[in-house]
Amino acid sequence: MQATDPHRVVEAVWRIEAARIIAGLARIVQDVGLAEELAQDALVAALEQWPESGVPDNPGAWLMATAKHKAIDVLRRRAAYDRKLVEVGRDIDQRDEPDLAAAADDYIGDDLLRLIFAACHPVLSTEARVALTLRLLGGLTTDEIARALLVSEPTAAQRIVRAKRTLAAKRVPIELPPPSDIAERLASVLEVIYLIFNEGYSATAGDDWMRPALCAEALRLGRILAGLLPKEPEVHGLVALMEIQASRTRARTGSSGEPVLLLDQDRRRWDRLLIRRGLEALDRVDALGGTLGPYALQAAIAACHARAVTAEDTDWARIAALYVVLSHVSPSPIVELNRAVAVGMAHGPAEGLSLVDALVSEPTLAAYPQLPAVRGDLLAKLGRLDEAKREFERAAALTRNERERSVFLARAMVADSGTTEE
Amino acid sequence: MRYIVLLKGAEITTPPPPELMEAIMKLGEEATKAGALLDTAGLSPSAAGAKVALSAGRLSITDGPFAEAKEMISYALYEVRSKEEAVEWTSRFMKLHRDLWPGWEGEADVLKVFGPEDF
Repeated sequence: MQATDPHRVVEAVWRIEAARIIAGLARIVQDVGLAEELAQDALVAALEQWPESGVPDNPGAWLMATAKHKAIDVLRRRAAYDRKLVEVGRDIDQRDEPDLAAAADDYIGDDLLRLIFAACHPVLSTEARVALTLRLLGGLTTDEIARALLVSEPTAAQRIVRAKRTLAAKRVPIELPPPSDIAERLASVLEVIYLIFNEGYSATAGDDWMRPALCAEALRLGRILAGLLPKEPEVHGLVALMEIQASRTRARTGSSGEPVLLLDQDRRRWDRLLIRRGLEALDRVDALGGTLGPYALQAAIAACHARAVTAEDTDWARIAALYVVLSHVSPSPIVELNRAVAVGMAHGPAEGLSLVDALVSEPTLAAYPQLPAVRGDLLAKLGRLDEAKREFERAAALTRNERERSVFLARAMVADSGTTEE
Repeated sequence: MRYIVLLKGAEITTPPPPELMEAIMKLGEEATKAGALLDTAGLSPSAAGAKVALSAGRLSITDGPFAEAKEMISYALYEVRSKEEAVEWTSRFMKLHRDLWPGWEGEADVLKVFGPEDF
């Protein structure tokens, strides 16, 4: 049976090539909105022509060449206003096709990087950066982006349109950031990728499949970025963190959709390939030297769990030590809370509890269900069951996740029955 | 979603042209950098392997080579968003053989690995 429906081939090639095509065009026309339109035009041309003429032997190159010709047409039209652009247009036009393709190849790496930095530019709101990145780098349709981010299609469309307009209005150049800005600009890119990942990771059973698919999309973007910026330790750190977190996907939900906590997970269900890739990415961070950044530190913590064959094997002392470093590099009440958990495991619940108690008056954690949940856990281990019960009830009242609420209420009931869990 | 691609062909008597190997390396690098290729490796002839069979409750172990007409040559593991994407990468891989190793014939099975989306 023939399985070469041109429409499906076009779609697949588009998924593979869209970002590179848009990136190449953005360099030529210096406008991501226009670049995307031109790339879409090439896609439409493929959808029209391939069913008639058959799928070309090198469909990616066909799309790229078609899109570039459209870009040259645009430049020619602009040339009426700007003499200089005529020279550029002629210059590009005079190259024969293989050369054009070769030239495109040479630029691809940097083109993609320029596009990533533009899509994640700090002039855009975080929401806009996420939507634009999914659109331009992920090749997702507006409908897919809307479903993935739990917003309406018009809202998603508007975010993307506004983001493109903002980039054009603020005259954001499609270029690599100057060395003085690279740290800040890269931090913005990594933040966007990790936000996309977490959006997918927070999906629950019954959600549209586009939501969990965001994890794979973020991983793909991270892996691409690691190929483009192999000397940036935090890029590998983020990839390591995502690979290891994604390795637990199958184990973190029970048979009826309920969340399964890390220490209760069936580790045989962890994805060994992703763990291996995550640990390798972490090795690359180490090989690059220097101090660990926040992503690499979180990955190193995740790796402690990944290396432990059973929950009892977990190296809690190392995790607690890594949290101390993390709380210096990237201090936050949530890091402190996680440190308290690790300290509680490594050095006993009393020590953990004293760290948690210091956070009870922390205003940013006032509505954070994990704070009373962790406190309840430590209290239960110390046999202070009445207090533990009240904390689990508080956690249940705070969480917005139904499944999580039933887990907290169950623990409150256990505490109420007067049995210590450990 | 994940796909494993198993390449099968007649047993190789002459080594593949170096240009093909170079082109395969380049494509592999491209697919890795695109975030699509997770793992790949070539496989030794089945003469170096063995078969463990279970039939009528009895285990039997037979050293290679296997009797099949075609040998398993390599595997590649992709993480992609559709079957068509896996087929596209595989087509690119097969076109390299067509262009750089005239006369070689083989087939690649593109198989979906069970994933969370299947449950």
